[in-house]
Amino acid sequence: MNVTTADDTTSTGQAGPLTGTTDRGTWREFFVEHAIKAAGISMIAIVGLIFFFLLREGLPTLGEVPLGALLGTRWYPIEELYGLIPLVIGSLLVTAGSVLIAVPLGLTTAIYLSEIAPQWQRDILKPLIEVLAGIPSIVLGFLGWVALAPLIQSLGAPTGLTAFTGSLVLAYMALPTIISISEDALYAVPKEYRDGALAIGATQWQAIRMVVLRAASPGLVTAVMLGIGRAIGETMAVMMVTGNAANMPAFGPAILFEPVRTMTATIAAEMGEVSQGSVHYHTLFLIGILLFIITFAINSLAGRLIGGQEQRRKRGQI
Amino acid sequence: MADIIEVRNFTFFYGSFRAIRELNLSIRANQITALIGPSGCGKSTFLRSLNRMNDTIRGTHVQGEVLLDGQNIYAPEVDVTELRQRVGMVFQRPNPFPQSIYDNVAFGPRVLGMDRTQNLETIVRESLEKAVLWDEVKDHLRTSALDLSPGQQQRLCIARTIAVRPEVILMDEPCSALDPVATLRIEDLMRELARDYTIVIVTHNMQQAARASDWTGFFWLGELVEFRETADLFSNPREALTEAYISGRRG
Ligand SMILES: Nc1ncnc2c1ncn2[C@@H]1O[C@H](COP(=O)(O)OP(=O)(O)O)[C@@H](O)[C@H]1O
Ligand SMILES: [Mg+2]
Repeated sequence: MNVTTADDTTSTGQAGPLTGTTDRGTWREFFVEHAIKAAGISMIAIVGLIFFFLLREGLPTLGEVPLGALLGTRWYPIEELYGLIPLVIGSLLVTAGSVLIAVPLGLTTAIYLSEIAPQWQRDILKPLIEVLAGIPSIVLGFLGWVALAPLIQSLGAPTGLTAFTGSLVLAYMALPTIISISEDALYAVPKEYRDGALAIGATQWQAIRMVVLRAASPGLVTAVMLGIGRAIGETMAVMMVTGNAANMPAFGPAILFEPVRTMTATIAAEMGEVSQGSVHYHTLFLIGILLFIITFAINSLAGRLIGGQEQRRKRGQI
Repeated sequence: MADIIEVRNFTFFYGSFRAIRELNLSIRANQITALIGPSGCGKSTFLRSLNRMNDTIRGTHVQGEVLLDGQNIYAPEVDVTELRQRVGMVFQRPNPFPQSIYDNVAFGPRVLGMDRTQNLETIVRESLEKAVLWDEVKDHLRTSALDLSPGQQQRLCIARTIAVRPEVILMDEPCSALDPVATLRIEDLMRELARDYTIVIVTHNMQQAARASDWTGFFWLGELVEFRETADLFSNPREALTEAYISGRRG
């Protein structure tokens, strides 16, 4: 019975004039279209609300604490010292350190995997890297604390809980992202390009450097940016291993080997203790705004880099 | 006329599969040699053996010799990159790099360090002129090679190959991705190039072999059945197999 009905509908639809949609089709389309629209609008609304909330809770600080004090070098809320500089520097140090470690390591690993490693090594390493990406950051932080920190202390640092320890843990977190996305980008470069380069008399390394890497560069930039993005966002692991000292590090060659505290870690550590509406509370939100601005800047920079690369690639300049 | 390449008792294996068997053949300098035969008979494999492009495929090995100007290219002391500079290759599908027209042609001179002793722009210009592409691209050398038509891309690949001044140019069905007009332009170009270079071309197109080559070799199941001057092979094949193949395909 059902089958007959279905057949009837179909044949009627085919025989009739092509007037567009049946009643049922129109209704369904209307529903789907508006559901998607509603979802999109509420996403925008939620982001807007979050931003509004951040501003409402964070901006009052600017009236309560003089700008000069916010730019001070001591973060010591109990004594009403709200210098943000050490936290910003802590974040910068840890992130920059992790990028310096993770990017070269990640890219070379990806090049090895896609261009040099025999198939059986790829078969083992690829899934292994995906598994590494799935380890929760708190576990990595714990490992950094019990294993990495003592190691770094034994190398001569006064304490093992330093910016460098944080950089290592973050680099480790960013690596799977960087490796697997850039490996995909390299693997997607057609074999014909490599053959073309080799057939002219290029060595394998020249073919990789001058053709494959250039062809894959938009993907490689994406990989690095996503890797950095992951590193910046991590709070808990870093909180465990950087020593959590909101001091100005002493500038010098050993700057990475001093305890620091990042912006994210500060928010996470202190949010539970502040009374709502206090100056301290507002300042923590100001840090949130600052983070938001930094992340936004990095993302749009990445977007522009990738967009620019895409255009230059289309014009053949890469 | 001198032989530039001499192939002696050449056998080629993919793993344990023997794709070419006991092949003997001489290729004349400054002539166009066409290789024909049904798909899978080993034409590409043989062509790629002449500049050792098959080295990039794991598990292959060879027996016998391929002499280039009297030197066995499979001898252990041979530098493969130098061999490939001397014996260049144009592929079935045009494969310009996703870079500018200029950078494509300059690629070879750069990797071989030719730009240290010679003017790179001159090399690029001369190569594009020889490939009869210069007039079409001279005003936009910095734009992407991928914006060219397939026929132009293939001529760009030829320019890229001759930029390193090879002796031999191998072409593996270079027109199979092109329309008839672009195909004829490449054939004219081959004639021009044969003054300075030796050309070996694989083609599935019998008219092309008949039109464009001086010598033709007919491959069948990994063996070279017949190898003669093109006019003779097509008008008066010696082997029944050749006869059947060329008449079957013509009709
Ligand atoms: N990479 C490879 N690995 C294993 N066998 C191959 C490979 N390439 C080609 N062959 C085999 O070698 C034979 C000759 O192939 P090929 O030289 O491509 O023929 P043609 O170019 O005449 O069509 C075919 O049987 C093909 O299946
Ligand atoms: Mg072939």
